[in-house]
Amino acid sequence: MTLRNRVLILATAIVLLAGIAVASVLHASARAGQRDQVQPGGPQVTAGRVTLTTPARMVFRNMAWGPHRDELTTVPASDPSGPRTASGLKCLRFYASSGTGVCLQAVHGTVTDTYRALILDAHLKVRARYDVPGIPSRARVSPTGHFAAWTAFVGGDSYAGTNFSTRTAIVDTRTGRLTPSLESFRILKDGHVYHAADVNFWGVTFAADDRTFYATLATKGSTYLVRGDLRAQTVTTIHPNVECPSLSPDGTRIAYKKRVKGLPKDAPWHLYVLDLRTMRETSPAEPRSVDDQAVWRDDHTIVYALPGDYGADLYAVPADGTGKPRRISTAAVSPAFVK
Amino acid sequence: MYVADSRADAESTTAGTTGTPARVSAVVAPTVFALGAVSLITDVSSEMVTAVLPLYLVTGLGLSPLGFGLLDGIYNGFSALVRLAGGHLADRGGGRHKWVAGVGYALSAACKPLLLLAHTLTPIGLILAADRTGKGLRTAPRDALISLSSTPENRGRAFGVHRAMDTAGALLGPLVAFLILRATVDGYDAVFTVSFCVAVVGVLVLVLFVPGGSGPGGKGPGESGSAGRGSGAGARERTAVESPRPTLRAAFALLARRDLRRITFCALLLGLATVSDSFVYLLLQRRLGVPDRWFALLPLGTAAAFLLLAVPLGRLADRVGRWRIFLAGHGALLTAYALLLTSWHGTTLPYAVLLLHGGFYAATDGVLMAAASDSVPEELRSSGLALVQTGQAAARFVCSLGFGAAWTLWGDRTALMASASALAVCAVFALRLRPGRSVLEPAR
Repeated sequence: MTLRNRVLILATAIVLLAGIAVASVLHASARAGQRDQVQPGGPQVTAGRVTLTTPARMVFRNMAWGPHRDELTTVPASDPSGPRTASGLKCLRFYASSGTGVCLQAVHGTVTDTYRALILDAHLKVRARYDVPGIPSRARVSPTGHFAAWTAFVGGDSYAGTNFSTRTAIVDTRTGRLTPSLESFRILKDGHVYHAADVNFWGVTFAADDRTFYATLATKGSTYLVRGDLRAQTVTTIHPNVECPSLSPDGTRIAYKKRVKGLPKDAPWHLYVLDLRTMRETSPAEPRSVDDQAVWRDDHTIVYALPGDYGADLYAVPADGTGKPRRISTAAVSPAFVK
Repeated sequence: MYVADSRADAESTTAGTTGTPARVSAVVAPTVFALGAVSLITDVSSEMVTAVLPLYLVTGLGLSPLGFGLLDGIYNGFSALVRLAGGHLADRGGGRHKWVAGVGYALSAACKPLLLLAHTLTPIGLILAADRTGKGLRTAPRDALISLSSTPENRGRAFGVHRAMDTAGALLGPLVAFLILRATVDGYDAVFTVSFCVAVVGVLVLVLFVPGGSGPGGKGPGESGSAGRGSGAGARERTAVESPRPTLRAAFALLARRDLRRITFCALLLGLATVSDSFVYLLLQRRLGVPDRWFALLPLGTAAAFLLLAVPLGRLADRVGRWRIFLAGHGALLTAYALLLTSWHGTTLPYAVLLLHGGFYAATDGVLMAAASDSVPEELRSSGLALVQTGQAAARFVCSLGFGAAWTLWGDRTALMASASALAVCAVFALRLRPGRSVLEPAR
């Protein structure tokens, strides 16, 4: 084949392939308009004032399509499927307590997305900003509002790389003192100081004493519930096979996801509740696999997200294993209940 | 001048046979540029996917990617086998290099649209494994083609040019991917489609512009003829006389050759003390306090240094000796370890570490292939290179297991100190072993 012909073949192929490539990009960008359209039958969302101190409200990320998609939104806790009031602030993950909120959001740069954590006051005014090193995963605020924590996924930087890790940070919202990674804490595992390169932490939940927290520690293919001490900067393993712990308001129980044998690799978790006084596990009546850090609506009910038509829906189930799960809100994620 | 065995002799023979002045043969062959273009385009395609994959898994599919790496360990073993198989297949029959490499590139290209259909971890894991099988298959034949289309005296530069183009693609890929994500809403499907189109262009460039039919004795990709026949003396002549049939046994019998055995052994030994990239970045962050938001950019620093230094160091290797540059590269790595161990926290320190880390790759990756090429007969070039690559990859895998264990037992500082000592010992040993003076000494 002559050089001329080869160049011709290549040029033709490039034109054809460029056509396909451009068409696929145009197709995907046309979705932008679609996502801004309110869906018939979806929840009603109007702009308004959202605060983190109005009692008996649920504040969450609205995932319903329309102009307020991804905004922090509020509904009465007694009517979580009712009309929503949207704040205008977009967050990927959110939590709030005692008038302090944490919002993990994407910052769209020119060549890449970065992420940051915003510490919010009761009127959603930004009090502090922190860089988040990867894709936001979990967010929590202590019951006092004095501490906030977040977890991000970091990874995928080698050829077809499949090694992911997590980075969990804790900040004192009063002083701004940041612990960028819990990996700097001393780990006590089975009574010994433990070092490992493969340690990962995720899913912090705080106790009301401004000192104790719980989290997941993963190493060597196993996960553990750890109890952390913010003053001593230590974490101690207390129970195996616990992910994304969530402490009940009375501080006696931990709701978490437990990896159960025999479930598919994509959805291996069941919701469990661990009583910290007896270390007994009970299983709430949710048969589906849950991949969320649950939230306690009160001392008896846990709320969590499951995949839904517009990303995720929120469900509630009694913590003691009785009753049945109930969908309380569609197209919603990251709820916080204001007492 | 840099040729196997008796140099002065070879130089005159080369000039005599081809009838061209030596300076023309110093120019990098068009085939090398074509292969460089193929690698550049393919890397744009594959790095587009790699860059968005975590985001796609977490936000696009709502999957939890932790524990996904478990497959890696098993896959590493399989990958080594694929690489050896690719090397061997390419050597069988005249000029299969191009086609085995082509199958490898095509397999990876075919994986891209499949990503559009997979929505759970298991099929995604399988697709990525197939993608990497393609990479394993093509690496050795492609490097064999590069070495066969360059003359021994400028092979280092040829590999340098190829690696620089390859790395440029790896840097461009993520950029393209994010531009697409920016222009779209959840445009992962668009990223995968564009990645596929780009990969197809890569395969086409290979098919159309890389000459095939490079049979033993070097009649195919033009330049290789002069290289093969030119250096009439020594190892090459022996090669021509023995003309080993490219059987599997012959491939392993390559290890009976003192030169190749020593190169493989040294690469393996040094590989055993080469801490994997992810550990280097983790150490950079933990020990030098690199801020979180820069963490994702650290591999780009290494790649940029690799890109800039690949050609100059390849040329330098041609001039002063490949083995010297190869060892100097490990010296750079050792210096990087030392910087990571210092308690001095200068703002320029992370840059210095990344520069040394990229320099290490520039001085070792292509240079090792250039050095190994000199001691493998053309008939078994691909198998021989696959053997060296596999030995090195296996050693690095063992090192990362060992380093992880050392970290667990003693903490990061002591683990790094141990690696640095091991690297120093291995380097001194490799320096003394000095595989085949004939091959690795400069011509003048």
